[in-house]
Amino acid sequence: MQYLIMAMETAEEFAEREDPERGAEYWAGWGAYLAALSESGVMTGTGGLHPPATSTTVRLRDGQRVVHDGPFADTKEQLGGYFVIDVPDLDAALEWAARCPAAARGAVEVRPLMTPEYYASTGAG
Amino acid sequence: MPADARRAVEEAARASWGRLLAHLAAGTRDLAAAEDALAEAYLSAVRSWPRTGVPDRPEAWLLTAARRTLIDAARHRDVATRALPSLARLMHQDEPGTPSTIPDKRLELLFTCAHPAIAVGVRSPLMLQAVLGLDAARIASAFLVSPAAMGRRLVRAKTKIKQAGIPFAVPGPDQLPERLEFVLDAIYAAYGTGWDERSGLVDEALRLARLVTQLLPGESEAHGLLAALLHGAARERARRADDGTFVPLDEQDVRRWAPALMAEAERHLARATAPGPYRIQAAIQSVHNRRAVTGSTDWATIAALYDDLVAHTPSIGAHVARAAAHMQAGAPAAVLAMLDALDAPTYQPHWVVRAHCLHRTGADPSGATRIALGLTEDPALRAHLVTTFARWSEGAADHPPG
Repeated sequence: MQYLIMAMETAEEFAEREDPERGAEYWAGWGAYLAALSESGVMTGTGGLHPPATSTTVRLRDGQRVVHDGPFADTKEQLGGYFVIDVPDLDAALEWAARCPAAARGAVEVRPLMTPEYYASTGAG
Repeated sequence: MPADARRAVEEAARASWGRLLAHLAAGTRDLAAAEDALAEAYLSAVRSWPRTGVPDRPEAWLLTAARRTLIDAARHRDVATRALPSLARLMHQDEPGTPSTIPDKRLELLFTCAHPAIAVGVRSPLMLQAVLGLDAARIASAFLVSPAAMGRRLVRAKTKIKQAGIPFAVPGPDQLPERLEFVLDAIYAAYGTGWDERSGLVDEALRLARLVTQLLPGESEAHGLLAALLHGAARERARRADDGTFVPLDEQDVRRWAPALMAEAERHLARATAPGPYRIQAAIQSVHNRRAVTGSTDWATIAALYDDLVAHTPSIGAHVARAAAHMQAGAPAAVLAMLDALDAPTYQPHWVVRAHCLHRTGADPSGATRIALGLTEDPALRAHLVTTFARWSEGAADHPPG
C-alpha cells in the first residue's frame, strides 16, 4: 500500500533551515532520513516545501477568485515536506513516520493513498 | 419445529464467530464484508440445517458458505474493472479439512481491533463485535450511546482498518508489550471501569480475557488482567441484596462470593510473574477476597499495593481508590491532603471518599455528600449513599462533634 507521510514542522524548525548555527544539524537529520528511505527502496516520491509564509490560497466563490496570502489554515505546525512510500501495511508506514525528523518536535501525519481496488468500488471505477 | 438445528446454529455462532471471522478477514482486512458474509452463512444454516441435518463439521460448512459469498461479491465487483488481489487471495485459500485445521487468527484480530490507529473509545466495542459477535444494539446500550451512533463508530473503524491498511498481525517482540497493553485495556474497559459494573459485559470481558491467556500463555499481564476480572466477577452476586439494594464491598456477605471463580483467579495470579498494573490490580482483589477465609480485610497491604499501582498507572481512578484504601487503613486526615492534590471535580468516587474522610475526622461532610449524590448515576448506589449519609447526620445530632 502507498502512504503519504506529511512532515508537519514547527515555526522553529522552519527558521532553523537558514540559521547559520543550527542549520547544519537540521539538514543533517533530513539528509539521513532521506538516505534511509531511498536505501530501503520504499520511497516512490518526495518533495520539500518552502515555509508557510510563501503559501497562497485560492478559492472560487460566486465565480470570483478569492486569493489570500498564507496557508488555508493557521495551525501551529505546517506542512514542510512529504514522502510517498510503498509498504505492506500501516504499521510499516508508522515505523517510517516515527523516524521522520518532524516527529520529534512537530507532527507527522500518515494517510493512505486510494488504491485501484478502492477506485473500482466507487463511481471512479 | 427445528429447535435442534436452530440450537446448533446458535451454538456454532457463539463458539465460532470470532474464529471464522478472523479467518475470513485476515486476507482482505475487510471486516465489514467478512461479517456480512458470515452472517449470511449463519442465516443459510438456519434455513438449511433443519432440512439437511447439522453437518459433521459445522464450522467448515459455515466457512465455505461465507467464503462463497465473499468470492461472489468480489467477482461481481471486479468483473467490470480488473482482476484484483483480494479475489485471488480468497480463491487460493485452502479449504479446511476439519474444524481444528482452521488456523486460529483471533489473536491477530484482537490486535487489529485494539490498534493505536483505532479511536480509543471504539476499541472495546469493535472487539466485542468482531471477536464475540455481539450486535451493535447490545454494545451500544452497554456503553450508553445510541445504537445508531455506535453503529456509525463501528463502521468508521472498520473502514479505517481496510483503507488505512491496519495490519492483521501479532506485533513483533519489540512492540508486543505496548500493543498488548492496548488489547488488555480494551478488555478491561469492556468489563466496566472501577467501582460500578454498569456495562453488564462481565461474561463477555471474561471470555476475551480468557482467550488472550490461551493465545498468549506466556504473557504475565494477560494472566494478571484475567485474575483481576475473575476476582471481581466472583463478587458479582454479593453486590446487590435480594431486594436490589447496593451492598458495598466491605459489607458484602462472603458466602455469596463464588469460590470457583476465586480459585481460578488465584491460579492465574500465580502465573502473573512480571511486575505490571494488572498483576497489581489482581493482587489487590485477591487481598480483598481473602476476607472469605480470614474474616477481615488487610487494608494496610491493599494501601501499599495501590501505592505501587499509581506509580504504574497514575489514573484518577487509581488515585482515588488508593486514597480510599489509606482511609480504611486508618489515615483519613492524610487522605484529605491526598485528595486535595487531585484534580477530579466531577469524579463521583472522589467525593464519596472525601465525604467519608470528612465524617471520620469529625468535619462537616455535607458539601461533599451533596456533590457525591449529584454525580451518582446508578439509582441503587444513590439509595445506598442517601442511607449512609443520613445515618451520619443522625449520629452527628446524637454526638455533635467538638
